[in-house]
Amino acid sequence: MKDAIRAEGLVKRYGPVRALDGFDLTVPEGTVMGLLGPNGAGKTTSVRVFTTLLEPDAGHATVAGLDVVADARRLREMIGLSGQYAAVDEYLTGFENLDMVGRLYGLGAKAARRRATELLERFDLVEAANRPVKGYSGGMRRRLDLAGALVAQPPVLFLDEPTTGLDPRSRIGMWGVIAELVAAGSTLLLTTQYLEEADRLADQIAVIDHGRVIALGTADELKKQVGGERLVLTVGSAAELATARSVVAALASGELAVEEHTRTITAPVSGGAAVLVESLRRLDGEGVTVLDVGLRRPSLDDVFLSLTGHTAQDEAGTDEQPGAGRRPRDGHDEERGR
Amino acid sequence: MTAVVKAFGDGMVVAKRNLIKIKRVPDLLVFSTLSPIMFVLLFAYVFGSSIQTPGVSYREFLMAGIFAQTVLFGATITGSGLAEDLQKGIVDRFRSLPMARSAVLVGRTTSDLVNNVLVILVMSATGLLVGWRIRSSVLEALAGFALLLLFAYAFSWVMAVIGLLVRSPEVFNNASFIAVFPLTFIANTFVPAENLATPLRVIAQWNPVSAVTQSARELFGNTNPNVPPPDAWPLQHPVVTTLGWVVLLLVVFVPLAVHRYKKAVSR
Repeated sequence: MKDAIRAEGLVKRYGPVRALDGFDLTVPEGTVMGLLGPNGAGKTTSVRVFTTLLEPDAGHATVAGLDVVADARRLREMIGLSGQYAAVDEYLTGFENLDMVGRLYGLGAKAARRRATELLERFDLVEAANRPVKGYSGGMRRRLDLAGALVAQPPVLFLDEPTTGLDPRSRIGMWGVIAELVAAGSTLLLTTQYLEEADRLADQIAVIDHGRVIALGTADELKKQVGGERLVLTVGSAAELATARSVVAALASGELAVEEHTRTITAPVSGGAAVLVESLRRLDGEGVTVLDVGLRRPSLDDVFLSLTGHTAQDEAGTDEQPGAGRRPRDGHDEERGR
Repeated sequence: MTAVVKAFGDGMVVAKRNLIKIKRVPDLLVFSTLSPIMFVLLFAYVFGSSIQTPGVSYREFLMAGIFAQTVLFGATITGSGLAEDLQKGIVDRFRSLPMARSAVLVGRTTSDLVNNVLVILVMSATGLLVGWRIRSSVLEALAGFALLLLFAYAFSWVMAVIGLLVRSPEVFNNASFIAVFPLTFIANTFVPAENLATPLRVIAQWNPVSAVTQSARELFGNTNPNVPPPDAWPLQHPVVTTLGWVVLLLVVFVPLAVHRYKKAVSR
């Protein structure tokens, strides 16, 4: 199988900041790669290098066998990009937007119109086709933007945070659309801060932090890497958190995650139900009120935590990593979290 | 050759997109014509009586100046339009498409030229209502309008460079306002340059806006042949001077704008 996307040692600096810092990645043809990482990890910067919007300071990359710098012009014929800011013209109608993109891809007038009509049908935008985009909902804009990336049926697609800022219903709708694309055999590189999204859509997940890939594998492989189950428990009051923490720490097989505002402790454990029962017994002995308790399989959130020491939802400026917060904005200032 | 055809075609696709915006948001055109109309009325009726223009009525003198100012302000839309496209991320989409690198700029400047044509039509009608008359031939008058539009077109490439540099339409609008006002006031647009104090007079006489205004004024027949022409070379040869400026601006700013565009990244 050929590689649709290759990157070797990409570096991109913004002043003293390295947005990409030795970024390596290989995406085989016809597969879906999920780039997963928090704000400022370098996801958008890498997409901008692959789509020729930015030239790397060092390293090289190819897409569809074409160099992102030397063959930029021909490369653009092979890709479709849909960014995290729906890059559609809000004064134009949905139809006019797609028609324009078709013309700019070099389709003739007739072909561009036909393709626009097809895509509007496929993305459920027929009713809104002749209305200016200004009146579209967020989900409709995203669908139109994604349709724009597909106009020329390019072999390699880049979707930069396709569902950031969407409500849950629109997000699930987008997932359906993307899953269909993937079934049709395109190579897709998808960036996301939603672990669930990468888990659901991607064949392979590359976890990105501080401008480089820190882990690579399928969702299952990454979960295995973290190992074991998670004990999750919620205590009755904030005052009990410290006691509960020391009790659970004694039983855990790794580091604990404590969320103060939800009074929830998550701990990796090995030993399953026995550990659960034991922890409850000890907590009861200490007089700690337990509101909720359970065991679950490790999630990608746990993967992130164990790989980077911070969760994907952490503010870049509040984690304990040295130099945290030195990342550029990287274009991610839309609402995050779920 | 095919590359040139493709570049032109892409430019026209982008121009069409910009013109659709004028259709969807007609307020833009309304306000870009209302302000020059206001200027015509204010100058004609408020200042007109106290400004001396030898050998010609002030209202005839005024119109070429107002035209020049208006088309230059029209040309600033190029900068704010590009800054807005950058801010909204549309430039990212364009730059990822296999289209000509010049197309967004060619399209932008072309649609702003069309906008200026519309504005000039409305202003001419207003001018005729307040007593302005074209006293030359149709051909000369058309040449006058063409020169105004050509100069504005070249100027819009300057605005393109600035718009791509500042990246925010709000900042651009403030900056262009500060630049274009002195440029169009320290000139022979509203008062004869000869009436100004020495340092200002010299600036006014060599200001390219004065040359284009003088060209239009002469081509519209709004000068008095019995009054000797101004004693500065650019104003004695206004058409040549204007064309020289047009070439200079295009030669310098077209490559500069294309270069900036290639490097432009949203946010």
